[in-house]
Formats: sequence, structure tokens, C-alpha cells
Amino acid sequence: MNTVRLSTLKPGESATIAALHTDEALYHRLAAMGFRIGKRIDLVRRAKFAGPLHVRIGTTDIMLRRSDAQHIDVTPAGASE
Amino acid sequence: MKRIALLGMPNTGKSTFFNRLTGASARVGNWPGITVDLMSAKVLLGGAMVEIIDLPGVYDIHGFSDDELVVRHFIENNPIDLVLIILNTTQIERQLSLALQVKQLGLPALLLLNMADEAKKYGVTVDIKKMSQAMNMPVVLLSAKYGSGYAHAYQAISNAIQASLPIATQQVSEKLQLDDQIESTMESVLKQAVQVPTQMSENLTTRLDRVLLHPWLGLPLFFGVMYLLFQAIFILGKPLQDGVAWGLGLFRGGVLDPLLHNLPAPLPGLLLDGIYNGVGTVAAFVPIIVLFFLFMALVEDSGYLSRAAFLMDALMAKMGLDGRSFVMMLMGFGCNVPALMGTRVMRSRSLRLLTMLVIPFSLCSARLQVFVFITSALFAPKNAPLVLFSLYLFSFAAAIATALLFKKRYANNEPFILELPPYRLPTWRQIVLRGWHEVRHFLGRASKFIIAGVVMVWILTHFPQDAAPGGSDTWAGMIGHFLAPVLDPLGINQQLAIALIFGFVAKEIVIGSLAVIYGLEGSALMSTMAHQLDWVQAYSFMLFTLIYTPCLSTLATLKTESRSNAYTALALVWPLALAWLLSFAFYQGARALGY
Repeated sequence: MNTVRLSTLKPGESATIAALHTDEALYHRLAAMGFRIGKRIDLVRRAKFAGPLHVRIGTTDIMLRRSDAQHIDVTPAGASE
Repeated sequence: MKRIALLGMPNTGKSTFFNRLTGASARVGNWPGITVDLMSAKVLLGGAMVEIIDLPGVYDIHGFSDDELVVRHFIENNPIDLVLIILNTTQIERQLSLALQVKQLGLPALLLLNMADEAKKYGVTVDIKKMSQAMNMPVVLLSAKYGSGYAHAYQAISNAIQASLPIATQQVSEKLQLDDQIESTMESVLKQAVQVPTQMSENLTTRLDRVLLHPWLGLPLFFGVMYLLFQAIFILGKPLQDGVAWGLGLFRGGVLDPLLHNLPAPLPGLLLDGIYNGVGTVAAFVPIIVLFFLFMALVEDSGYLSRAAFLMDALMAKMGLDGRSFVMMLMGFGCNVPALMGTRVMRSRSLRLLTMLVIPFSLCSARLQVFVFITSALFAPKNAPLVLFSLYLFSFAAAIATALLFKKRYANNEPFILELPPYRLPTWRQIVLRGWHEVRHFLGRASKFIIAGVVMVWILTHFPQDAAPGGSDTWAGMIGHFLAPVLDPLGINQQLAIALIFGFVAKEIVIGSLAVIYGLEGSALMSTMAHQLDWVQAYSFMLFTLIYTPCLSTLATLKTESRSNAYTALALVWPLALAWLLSFAFYQGARALGY
């Protein structure tokens, strides 16, 4: 399976969360927002000027900075087959 | 008295529910073990008085954010008879973890599944009976905003609070250390009682976001919205402020003056120009604060504020701030006081403190009055707009420099991950209650400080009794004289120094104080100042006025919002130092260049 960083997904792409390489504080917040391994995540849009990412997990829309998204590995939909 | 704590994640309608339960009777108060204010109210529930506390919205009891620590310290230090857990039904899939954490602590709990109306639209269905069995606590489905299911919830809470016994805080404290198998319990509860559609349907929020967060249109739209908001607050606010001032003046002329003028010498002055003017200063802020929070409630509760954060984050992150800081800075250009109070939406303390340090540099409408007067007195009409514009640039530059300089000291260590909630229309009740609470907060906390400050400045500028008010023989004049070695290198003479002391109360009275100091008014004052000062001195004075210590009301707000004397001292001293440095550099530089 090919995993990539969440921060490299393009708008409209979907993926499955593969791993969270984060410290504890970030991990807690991500978990509370619904970031769990195996969950489907959609990248909705990226802000201009290297701004934050807008992602969707289930029924929740979330923004996170690219620097935080770098710690999240995902398997792009279609890459695992 | 029994005690109920209201707990929930952000954006779950927790405060709306709290307001519905408690009405306008809620107040802010201090609690053992924590350092922030919490709203609480005493209400009659099931035949007995019960105290209800609105805890901050948190994602996780075990987390590390400032708010999560507040919640943890609260439940460790204050016995609770019942925890009301309020969750957004649409997001029950992830929010149920909070309820399980409470259950694990062994606290008596009741689960409120809010936003039932929204969940229905999204196709999320919950089997209440099964959920209640699986969680082993009462579960109620409701919509706090529209009131459906509310009567049922009220009844369930009454029943639960009558039956509950408080748990010793010691036990809770011990259990907080543990953390196990919440994840697997959650899976099994969800499987039994909840149905969620696998794919989200296209809805209004997605469509609105496509426009409002558009790569190129998003930012111009944001600035358009901010401009309209700003105009609305201050165009509506100005006549209201004038109305309050007019009413207070009328009361003074018609009732207080005749009543008090027979009193011995310093008393009428102290009571009227000191204390009554202090009351007037406080009162002048009330309409602006009400309007500001009416509109802020609209922006915040609609979900647009988090979109603003998304749009502005790229730029603000470099300064250690976020997009919400930017909104408050912009609002500060109207008036710093409500903008400072508005920073409460930022839940990380360090981020808030940094934003509050930056806001007072925003060139507020009161300072603008001073600058308009002085530029029209000392600059040619064709240069005046340029002068004003340059002052706005200095205002931004001072804010950016301060943020960059202090971003290490107030480093925000909370991960910046925000929910973008669906767009929602807040109800009038929500909006009005917000404005009302904020004004009461301001009056309760800041008014004593402001009135004391106004009285102090009055005494400084009117004593000793035989000196002419505002003259060089008064105590203020002596301070001005004493400060001469510091202010002379800035080109600020003694009269202007006294005006700066007045200006500490409120920038609105600087021009009025100059009139008192020079004994002249209007165009006569303008021409005298134009004779006495050259443009370099005038610009130096304006720079100093722009940057030095914000008014007393701003300082009072900084103190009540930060609850720290050391921070308030920094917020007082740093702008003073920066103002002095900038004015010094400008004045000496201009003189060196031969102007």
C-alpha cells in the first residue's frame, strides 16, 4: 500500500487515514475531531498562499494547518488496489 | 444546593441550551481550582433551587488545551450532582467519546442529543432506548435552538437531579488518571443505537463554502463583509453614543448642576467633572459594546468566523496569530474595548494574550478625532489625507512589529485545528442575550477602574485649588514639567504633555483638554496651536498619541480580561516605550534632515 502525507492530497481527493505521527496533544485533538486510523478523509480545498487545508471526516468539516497535516499519513483512494 | 455542570464539545449549542435553561439570570463567577470565569445561574428545578454551571466547550477531558485543563480542575475541585452532556447528534459518531469519558469517571450523567433537527436533515438516526441502555444513563433528543424536545429534557433533568447523589471529588480525581477501552465501547454503542449515512449529501453549507471560501473570491468577500460589519456597528453606534451623551448632559444641566452648585468649592467639580464624567465615560461604551456583540454573535454563531480563520490563516500564522485575531484587530479600528472582549472566542490563553497586546495599536475612532483636528490645524488640506493615511500605516506597523516581537513569549502551543461548523442562523434570543451578558460584564468589571481613573486625572489637573484648571501650576503641570527632559526630545511641549495625561482617560477628551489648557476653542485654538507648533512637533505628538497607552477603558478591559497585573503592566509599558522610541526617531530624524 502506498501511503502519502495528508498535506499532499489535491482538492477533491479522498483517502484513508493510515497513521498519525503526532505528539500527544495533537493526537488527542485529532482523535476528538474524528481522525482515527481506517477512517475515510476527503480533502475539500486548500487555502491560497500555503494556508490551511479544509478536510471532511464523516459529518465534520475541519481546517488544519499544513504543518500539522504533514504528520498524518493517508492511503489515497484507488492507490491500494 | 445541588449542582449541575453542563459539558459538551464546541459548536454543539451548549450555550444556547444553557441560556434557554437559565434565561438572562446567568452571571460570571470564580470557582475553586480554576483561573477563568464561568457562567452560572441558580434556577428552580423539580421543586428545589439548583446551581447550573456552563463549562467551556472541550473535545476531550484528558486533553491538554487550556479549556480542557479548566474542565478537569473544575470537576476535581467542585462536587457535582449531575453532569449534563450535550452532543451534536449529527456528529455523534465522534462526540460520543466525551460522554463515555464522563461515564468512566462515575459521575451521574444525563445525555442530551442536541440539534436533532439538523441530524434529521443529514439522515442520522438514533435509537434513544438502545442508546440509553448501552450508556446506562438517561438520553434525550432535542433542539435547544427551536425548543423541540425541550420540555422532555427539562423533565428528565428534574428527575435525574432529584435522584442523584454527589460523588466525592477524591474518587473523580483518581479515576481521571485512568484511560481505557473507550474506543471499543464507543464502537459497540454506536453499532447498537446509531445509523449514519456513509456519504454526506450535497447541502447548503457545501454550496456556500464554494463561494465564501473560493480561492480568489473568498478574501475580497471577507473584506467586504468586514467592511459592512464595521460600518454598521459604528454608523448605528454613533447616534446612540451621542444620544447617551446628550441625555447625561441634560441630566447634569437640569438636575445635578442646580442641586450641587451650593456645595463648598472642590466638591461640585469633583462630583460633576470627576465622578459624573467618569460615569459618562463608561456609559458611552455601552451602545458600542451592545452593537458589537450583536453583530459578533451573528458572525460567530453563523459559522463565518471559523471561515475567516481559514482565509486569513496563511498570513496571520507568520505573526503567531490566527484569522480570528485579524477580525478582532479590524474591529479595534472602531473601538478597542469590545474588540478586546471579543478575543474570548480564542480558547488558547497565549494566543488571546498576544492578540490583546496587538489590538490597542488599532487606530480607533476616538484617536481619529484627535488626528483630524490636529491635521486640519497644522497641515495644508492637500497633505491632510496623506498624513492620516500614514498614521494608519504606523498603526498596522506597530501591531505587526509587536506581534513578531512577542510571538515567542506568547507562543501558542495548542494545535490549530478548527471545526468548520455548518452555516446556521442564530436566533434573536441568542444574539440579544449575548449583547446583554457582555454589557453587564463590562459594567460590573471595568466601571470602578474607569471612574477611579477619571477622578484621579481630574484631581491631577485641578489641584492645588488656587491653580488654573489644566494650567502649568497644577499637579499635572508639575508632572509635565518633571517629564520635560523625557518629552522635549520628542518636540512635545508642556501643554501637550498635560493633554497626554488627559488623553489617558479617553482620547475623545484630548481636544477638549487642549481647549482648557490653552483657554481657547475651535478655530482660535487651531490658529494658536499652528503658531506655537510646527508640523514636525505636531506629527510627533500624533505618533505618540497613536501608540502610547490606550485609554483607561482599554486598560481596564485588558486587566479584567487577562486577570493578570503583570500582563496589564506590560500592555501599559510596552506601547509607552514604543511610542517614545518612534516619536524620538521621527522628531530627531526630521530635525536632522533640516525640517
